[in-house]
Amino acid sequence: MGTPNDMATGDESLPARQLEARELGCLRGGWPIFAGVTFALSAGEALVLVGTNGSGKSSLLRLLAGYLPVAAGELLWRGVPLSKDPDLHRSRTRYLGHLDAIKAALTPREDLSFWAQLHAQSDRRVEAALAAFSLQELADRPGRMLSAGQRRRLALARLTVSPAPLWLLDEPTVGLDTASQKALVAAIARHRAAGGMLIMATHQALPGVTDAAQRLDMNRYRPLPPDPEALLL
Amino acid sequence: MKSWLALIGRDLRLAWRQRGDLFMAVSFFLLVAALFPFALGPEPNLLLRIGPGVVWVAALLALLLSLERLFALEQEDGSLDLLLLSPLPAEAIVLAKAASHWLTTGLPLVLAAPIVALIYNLPFDGYGVLLLSLLLGTASLSLFGATGAALCLGARRGGVLLPLLVLPLAVPVLIFGTAAVDAMLAGLAARPHLLLLSALLLLALPIAAFAGAAGLRQAAE
Repeated sequence: MGTPNDMATGDESLPARQLEARELGCLRGGWPIFAGVTFALSAGEALVLVGTNGSGKSSLLRLLAGYLPVAAGELLWRGVPLSKDPDLHRSRTRYLGHLDAIKAALTPREDLSFWAQLHAQSDRRVEAALAAFSLQELADRPGRMLSAGQRRRLALARLTVSPAPLWLLDEPTVGLDTASQKALVAAIARHRAAGGMLIMATHQALPGVTDAAQRLDMNRYRPLPPDPEALLL
Repeated sequence: MKSWLALIGRDLRLAWRQRGDLFMAVSFFLLVAALFPFALGPEPNLLLRIGPGVVWVAALLALLLSLERLFALEQEDGSLDLLLLSPLPAEAIVLAKAASHWLTTGLPLVLAAPIVALIYNLPFDGYGVLLLSLLLGTASLSLFGATGAALCLGARRGGVLLPLLVLPLAVPVLIFGTAAVDAMLAGLAARPHLLLLSALLLLALPIAAFAGAAGLRQAAE
């Protein structure tokens, strides 16, 4: 944000880099969370965010999803700043946060079907998504009857209901058993094989994903501690 | 448009699955309206005089009941984040939520209003104007309400802040709504008041869309 446009246009000669972050900085409630985050992703690549609690992994994902404003640096999609067309960026992003967004009164099939309709997708994808995360048997059970792991599986299945090039996953493996982790790895592999990109925050090694990805250690991007005298004023 | 209808459809389905909540607003509306004769005495002329105003105040209070949860539930379970990444712009999300709020709360109140009119002994030929004014007015109130609910999302004590924000906005609706019924009872034309109510509804649409959308985006930060 606030960066000169000539910088952006000069980068269109690098089409391989789909998503590029340069010296990103983030503020939440006036407090600096991280500064100087730089990375670049091409189609089919994955980036794993690691770092201690509070190092800004979730904030970076929310910033990449467009929920948080870019406080410093720039974020480019094929060389064009994301802030130029936030609506377009929304349509190419899928986000999975800590919450599963499940309604107690809706069944998994109704839930997926709603998100499919919202993204103007056909109901055929719903059955495929249910199958990908072994949710067929639970498909007609109300959301309130689902266990924590089952809720997580439904939230993950939602990612596959409408295709988008960028997946932002915030600790997607929480509560998953080994079979479901494999389903997640398979879904990520399909997503990447189709040219999709993945940015994932995790504390856990996910065989097949974390070993074939770039790593970004968020502990390296701690902002400068605020000036104590400025705080007193 | 299809996505927009999908969101309304989901909300209607959720409301139907939890339909106890729907009856709550209607029962509250009827109870509040029934309280006044107990407090003020059953004198028919007095009741006829205060009837139109009581219907409107009771409807306004009943609409407020369900407003707080309009976006708060979506935010609590994480749905709001996902909705904001959908092809629907935030403006359309606010309008869809206002529409489902009106369909699940405003419309049942309008349908229950003849019972209140009966309690207050309003003449039958006034029912048409009463219902029409309520139809237009409750729609505006749902829109102003959705605006307030979106703006109060991040706030602590949003439940207290919300009426403080919405009630002043509701005053013009209240004035022209009761004026329409009063005019009709006095044998005057209700049409100018109904037109003003329609104008308020048209004014509420962009206010809700833009202010509400700003509230939602702010809440996602």
